[in-house]
Amino acid sequence: MNACDRCLARGFLLEALAGHLETQRWQIDALLALPDHELLDAVGGHRADAVAHPVGAADAIPLALGGADAEARRARVAAAGLEVVCRCSPLYPRALLELEAPPAVLYMTGSAERLSSLLADDRAVAVVGARRASPYGVETASSLASGLGGADVTVVSGMALGIDGVAHDGALRGAGETVAVLPGGADRAYPAAHRRLYERIRAQGIVISELPPGVRPRRWMFPARNRIIAGLSAMTVVVQARARSGALVTARHAQTLGRVVGAVPGPVSSPLSAGPHALIAAGARLIAGAQDVLDAIYGPGERTLEHAWRASLSDRDVALLSALQEGHEGAAAFARAGLGTVEALEAVAALELAGVIRCGPGGRLVVTTGPR
Amino acid sequence: MLARVVTFAIDGVQPRTVWVEVDIRAGLPSFTIVGLGDTAVRESRDRIHAAILNSDFRFPDRRITANLAPASLRKAGPGFDAAIALALLAASGQVPAAALAGIAVFGELSLGGELRDSPGALAVAEGARRAGCKRLFVPCQRAREASLVGGLEIVPVATLQEAAGVLRGQPVPAMPASQPRSAAARQAPDLADVRGHEVPLLALQIAAAGGHNLLMEGAPGTGKTMLARRLPSILPPLGRADAIEVTRLHSVAGLHAGGLITTRPFRAPHHTISPAGMTGGGSPPRPGEATLAHHGVLFLDELSEFQRPTLDSLRQPLEDGSVVIVRGQRSLVFPTRFMLVAATNPCPCGYAGVGDRCSCGEPELRRHRRRLSGPLLDRIDLLVDVRRPAAAELRSPAATSSERARARVAEARERQRRRLRGTGASCNGEIGARIAQRLMRIDDDGWSELGRAYDAGTLSARGRHRVLRVAQTIADLDGRDRVRRTDVLLALSLRQRSEPEMAMVA
Repeated sequence: MNACDRCLARGFLLEALAGHLETQRWQIDALLALPDHELLDAVGGHRADAVAHPVGAADAIPLALGGADAEARRARVAAAGLEVVCRCSPLYPRALLELEAPPAVLYMTGSAERLSSLLADDRAVAVVGARRASPYGVETASSLASGLGGADVTVVSGMALGIDGVAHDGALRGAGETVAVLPGGADRAYPAAHRRLYERIRAQGIVISELPPGVRPRRWMFPARNRIIAGLSAMTVVVQARARSGALVTARHAQTLGRVVGAVPGPVSSPLSAGPHALIAAGARLIAGAQDVLDAIYGPGERTLEHAWRASLSDRDVALLSALQEGHEGAAAFARAGLGTVEALEAVAALELAGVIRCGPGGRLVVTTGPR
Repeated sequence: MLARVVTFAIDGVQPRTVWVEVDIRAGLPSFTIVGLGDTAVRESRDRIHAAILNSDFRFPDRRITANLAPASLRKAGPGFDAAIALALLAASGQVPAAALAGIAVFGELSLGGELRDSPGALAVAEGARRAGCKRLFVPCQRAREASLVGGLEIVPVATLQEAAGVLRGQPVPAMPASQPRSAAARQAPDLADVRGHEVPLLALQIAAAGGHNLLMEGAPGTGKTMLARRLPSILPPLGRADAIEVTRLHSVAGLHAGGLITTRPFRAPHHTISPAGMTGGGSPPRPGEATLAHHGVLFLDELSEFQRPTLDSLRQPLEDGSVVIVRGQRSLVFPTRFMLVAATNPCPCGYAGVGDRCSCGEPELRRHRRRLSGPLLDRIDLLVDVRRPAAAELRSPAATSSERARARVAEARERQRRRLRGTGASCNGEIGARIAQRLMRIDDDGWSELGRAYDAGTLSARGRHRVLRVAQTIADLDGRDRVRRTDVLLALSLRQRSEPEMAMVA
């Protein structure tokens, strides 16, 4: 295992102090940057001594900074089927070291080599956003992530409900790779509603966490997790976020690190557009599709999305596509394209097979690609 | 003295022969009915007493025992009244006992001695023919219905007096005139009333042609129910045997009196219906909505509002075309070969896909999907989105009429029947994967489109089979046996998208 005893102990110290950190979560970034003993002094309270020197203390939290329990800890990580890498290891993601408080250890469902290959060459992009996303956000995030997946970009996100989960799903569907950063232990699917998604990411991507296996998520772990998402990624894209969203925490971390921040605009009438619009106003890049992300990280025109689908489309299909791109819906789009019902439905299926449109809730046909 | 006459109990929807025996002998005046009758049978003593006296007959002041044999069969309802009363008159010598031979009697009595309208006469007539009876006495309201069964003389009787008269050799009363078809029946909903809705109209025709179950999704007020009500009008007309079966079922359920039912049934139970109401049940077991929709359409509006157990209870009926109700030591089989048409809002608020009106978040959409998903959706081949027609469409002429659509549908059905001869299936909606493999011919580029959809993960194995079946129906409607690429594409655009692709996102 690629983790030294000392770093491993830090991970378990966070677990032991989880409840204490909860009370001071407003300054969680600063706390996580403290060395072990100062962290204990800061939040441990009257139990600080017991935590640091458990011998003889009846209610001691079973933790020894020296490393006597290192083997037991390793056994626990192995029993959960996880791998671990610490910040002293050459395999630790370099990008994370730029954080003010890089996690001492990462627990992961794959090998450290796999993780570094997923992050190599600045090809990780975070796609994050609101939990209660609108269909517009869900569709945009999904097509963005699947475009990125197809372009060999690793999509990093937090597996939360809403945009995060859709981003992972899109990446996998675009035959791409994805990294999920969980707030609690990497061996538990959180949220439980995403158990199937979790299994898919475990099989095809990697799930990582700063906290040891089995730890239940607490509130402070979410912003802490967000800094890891920003740290791993060359760029962070916010799809939908209300004014006080965790996705904005991720974007702020990315800004602090000097990474690129992008935001997908939305309807001005929606509170979900507040976050992205504020970011754009503050200088974030406007992202309308996967191509914009490629331009941002590799330079304009350096890499282009493949449009293999073009070849398979007939004139009829293209006519319907442009009608949909112009914003016509349903029967109006069919009429605009000059197609009869049967022909139009055939074109719908062909476009859908080519991955250019998707059928959203209520049967609305959504174009997932820009007019190129 | 002893007299005997045959009548019938309706067990579920099947007639069972019941022998009514009445014995009168010396003793303290009493009147008992034995033979596992329910409350209605026990109360028939008082009805019979009054009816006999009010018909100017004598009620014997002796010890009267009526037995309904076989004694092991539970008997329910008032349909035995007339048989017991006639047997009693015969036993007391007021009508010739010999005249009761070869005769079956069915009907409820009023206190005044009239035979009341009694549901199930057609089933009873079928039973009487099977039991070898020559004549069947039925209440005159039910005479037309009973006379649908050939090889049996139907005697329409209005009163106990009249029945006794026929037994004494008086002429048989004339058959009542058939009622003119009501105005409502003549003005059945027609596709010619529909404006716009071109995609749903196409889907309705495909559904009717291939016997495919259909799910309609759309915001409130877009016309889902209106469209569903028009489906029976484009289904092929009922054959005589099927029509008799439908008439029998509806007659047993007390929903129909009069002649033959010639239009296909359309049943639209409210979403609060219980599983027993859907599949049949209760004590005595009665047919449910699934059975009443036999050979017709079962329409479930607001599919997501139905209780889960109710929807699950439809699995066997959809799968087997019949439902077996087991109560105590008996099991009853109700036929349930219907087309399922379901309608639902696309999301809890109902306005997904309508501009920005939808206020549902992803969790609500997900919950809505989960409510809908399940084994029932597995049996639904077609999904169509119903949208509000544009104002211009409302002014446009009708796209088609039921008559034209019905002709196309009938032709497509005929083509299927020829192809599927000997397979046990009669339409594409009923064929399994193996028959499809053996009998379907698809162009190469059709296969490759299907392969693309499958590889892209947008289609499950079962979904692929459903698309194939629908594509075959589309080819049949077009007058071809061979399935082309365009048929596959059209079928793909009308498929359910609730499978893997929606599993995550919605």
